Amino acid sequence: MNALALYGRYVATSLRAQAQYPAATLMLTAGHCAATAIEILGVFALFDRFGPVGGWSFGEVALFYALVNIAFSIADLLGRGFDVFGTDFVRTGAFDRVLLRPRAAALQLAGYEVRLSRLGRLLQAFAVLILASHLVPIDWDIATAVIAAWAVAGGVALFVGLLILQATLAFWTVESLEIVNVLTYGGVQAAQYPLNIYAAWFRHLLTFGVPLACVAYYPVLAILKRPDPLGAPDWFLPLAPLAGFVFLAVSFLAWRIGMARYASTGS
Amino acid sequence: MHWARPYLAAFRARFQLMLQYRVAALAGFATQCWWGAIRIMVFAAFYGTHAAAAPISLADAITYVWLGQALLALLPWVADPEIGHAVRTGGIGYDRLRPLDAYGYWYVRTLGWMLARTMPRAALMALAAMIVLPLAGLGDWAWQPPSGIAAALLFIPAFALMTALSVAVVMLANIIVAASLNERGVNAVLMPLVIVFSGSLLPLNFFPDAVRPFLQVQPLAGLVDIPFRIYFADLQGTAALQGLALQAGWTLVLIALGRLAMDRVMHRLEMQGG
Amino acid sequence: MPQILVEALAKTYRVAERAPGLAGALRGLVRRRWREVHALAGVSFSLEAGELLAFIGPNGAGKSTTVKILSGILRPTRGRVEVGGLIPYEDRIRHVARIGVVFGQRSQLWWDLPVLDGFDLLADIYRVEPARYHRRRDELVAMLRLEPLLDQPVRQLSLGQRMRAEFVAALLHDPAILFLDEPTIGLDAPSKLAVRAFVRRLNREQGVTVLLTTHDMHDVEALAERVIVIGQGRVLTDGPFESLRAGILAERRLYIDFAGPAPAFEMPGVTVRARTERSLELAFDPARIPTPQLIAAIATEHAVQDIHVDEPAIEEVITRFYALHDAHEA
Repeated sequence: MNALALYGRYVATSLRAQAQYPAATLMLTAGHCAATAIEILGVFALFDRFGPVGGWSFGEVALFYALVNIAFSIADLLGRGFDVFGTDFVRTGAFDRVLLRPRAAALQLAGYEVRLSRLGRLLQAFAVLILASHLVPIDWDIATAVIAAWAVAGGVALFVGLLILQATLAFWTVESLEIVNVLTYGGVQAAQYPLNIYAAWFRHLLTFGVPLACVAYYPVLAILKRPDPLGAPDWFLPLAPLAGFVFLAVSFLAWRIGMARYASTGS
Repeated sequence: MHWARPYLAAFRARFQLMLQYRVAALAGFATQCWWGAIRIMVFAAFYGTHAAAAPISLADAITYVWLGQALLALLPWVADPEIGHAVRTGGIGYDRLRPLDAYGYWYVRTLGWMLARTMPRAALMALAAMIVLPLAGLGDWAWQPPSGIAAALLFIPAFALMTALSVAVVMLANIIVAASLNERGVNAVLMPLVIVFSGSLLPLNFFPDAVRPFLQVQPLAGLVDIPFRIYFADLQGTAALQGLALQAGWTLVLIALGRLAMDRVMHRLEMQGG
Repeated sequence: MPQILVEALAKTYRVAERAPGLAGALRGLVRRRWREVHALAGVSFSLEAGELLAFIGPNGAGKSTTVKILSGILRPTRGRVEVGGLIPYEDRIRHVARIGVVFGQRSQLWWDLPVLDGFDLLADIYRVEPARYHRRRDELVAMLRLEPLLDQPVRQLSLGQRMRAEFVAALLHDPAILFLDEPTIGLDAPSKLAVRAFVRRLNREQGVTVLLTTHDMHDVEALAERVIVIGQGRVLTDGPFESLRAGILAERRLYIDFAGPAPAFEMPGVTVRARTERSLELAFDPARIPTPQLIAAIATEHAVQDIHVDEPAIEEVITRFYALHDAHEA
């Protein structure tokens, strides 16, 4: 059985396991929906008090928010095994079991669990996307829809990359991995505001370091058909989400280094 | 102090254990810097367009953010993981065998956990935001000292009550974990509640006027909004004392609630034998 | 060429030292001291295909480190390991496809899934041909009498039932080598017997090489032809189980029930280990006093109701061995 088919088997297995606790799954889904809805309330409160910021209205910022959260929720849905790698695999010794199976460890982790409850965030993000489409004029034609989907794909790659980096860190320490929440949850937070409200060093970090702007800010400009107030060329805007895939590739490299370390320390 | 000995010992043991986690402290500190920086940049952008609409000055808002980040680990984000662990392994049964008040015993252990996690992070945060930022010529973005002696003196009980209240909230979560044998549900609900209603996301005065009267009196306001506004003298005199009273009142109510719930849960565990 | 070859294997870990007390905890925040722990300090042995080897030793002796290296999870600090011509930690995926592992303390099954679904998934993971998988699965299920449990979620199985399912799971891909890490820990007596009978059959009838670590000396007694005792990261002894026993504790025990009150008893070379009103337990060395001679001496002088000879319990042998070795080290 090839890797993709096996992944499909893992997913089906995980869904079947969750179906055994329908009430808990539904409650968690509702919880996640509510939890993320609260974030957009915070953004709304600021716009309600101050009015538009840096040339951006609440509706436009809601579009950033929606795309980033759609990407993050899908990545979170797919990458659970990496998210809990430190606590559920390295610390408990369950990773040894993974290594005893003749398949790539990353594949086994990716298939570990597909968290249905994360659909709560996805649903809420789609609701915000619809809201944003009402608040700002977006011409949803094929071209903009493709850019939006491409941006989400890049975003999923980027966030999965971050989850893999988080897991990689567990090869060095299992003390606390909340540091990477900075980049995942904190990244969601940072990427849902337009880039031009940030200081220059932070803009560079979000473009060249952890390229969150490349999967949110730049493609959204392309969707809104606005030029970049910071001067990025127009041709670059729809291409930017590619950076998410580059980031994913780099994360895999780091993962391989971590695997080699695990074999020599066994910690 | 004879009666207090086991509780002090439980507190010390947990406190010392948690202090060992050095990487955790550094990781927490990095998290705080990142979140603080984003919050401050977002605030600065909004203040830049329409500062007059803000209920507090930008300098105070910045201090609010840094203080909030420094004391982040002191907020009731999740149930004590040790309780979840004890529930899963059945170790919780042993707690019933100890000749101690179960609520008090858990309370001091959770307190030790939270304080030990907070201390090194708060120290690093103070170093970075109070000392390094001004030295780097970024004094406008620094964490300011309390606004005057009165504010500083009032902040001491406000901080103590904030801690007591926070542990009381975590205790309620702990009890729900023990009763439901699952920590995921409670943690998923607790986090969004705390982030909004404590004022951690935004000072409560930034929310639309219609909801403010409610936000100001609910229990979680005593976790962030009230003590921090006492710190920079946005609440002073009678208002500050009212704030302290609100903190103290809710702390007592939540502890009473917690004790009641704990008795019932422990009773049920005894019935089930495990 | 042996199937498993281990030469001068060494593994060193670095662990943080923790100073006691609050001051120590605070100091540890700033500076940390490290200590080297030699889990393995030069272990060598080899194993032919079809052998059944038991690895015993006190906790922390290096048993599980050895098993982890042999199964490809861990890379040694020094030394050479070859299993079936592969270096486990260099060629993990190819290597683990040929071995089976059962950890007594850990499960490889899916907690919330029916047993059978877990087997199906493992067959996919190990790329076992469907026809071969079904044949092998049915064979193992029959051997371990698992049919009635196949539809149940793993979480509902008792420990003994789960261990039987774990064995099937570890063997679905028909491995040539089976590693067992404390497979009978926590099991009740019938389950222990069932596990031992199954492992013996697997080894004798199907020629599977078995490497077993255990603290249960009855496992060793029932299964192993060959025993390696490991202590402080070194091989202390390697050989047939019987010679280990004979070398350490040649002593025999004589249990006598008398028709009347037990007499006072004295004879050079014989010690009284226990006495009750009507019975005696004697310890003696059969090389010095032949057993028939001792029995005859007692039976002619006293009215004996029952008499039997036994060897010292295996736990006693091993405890004596560890003690001897520790004294030697000191």
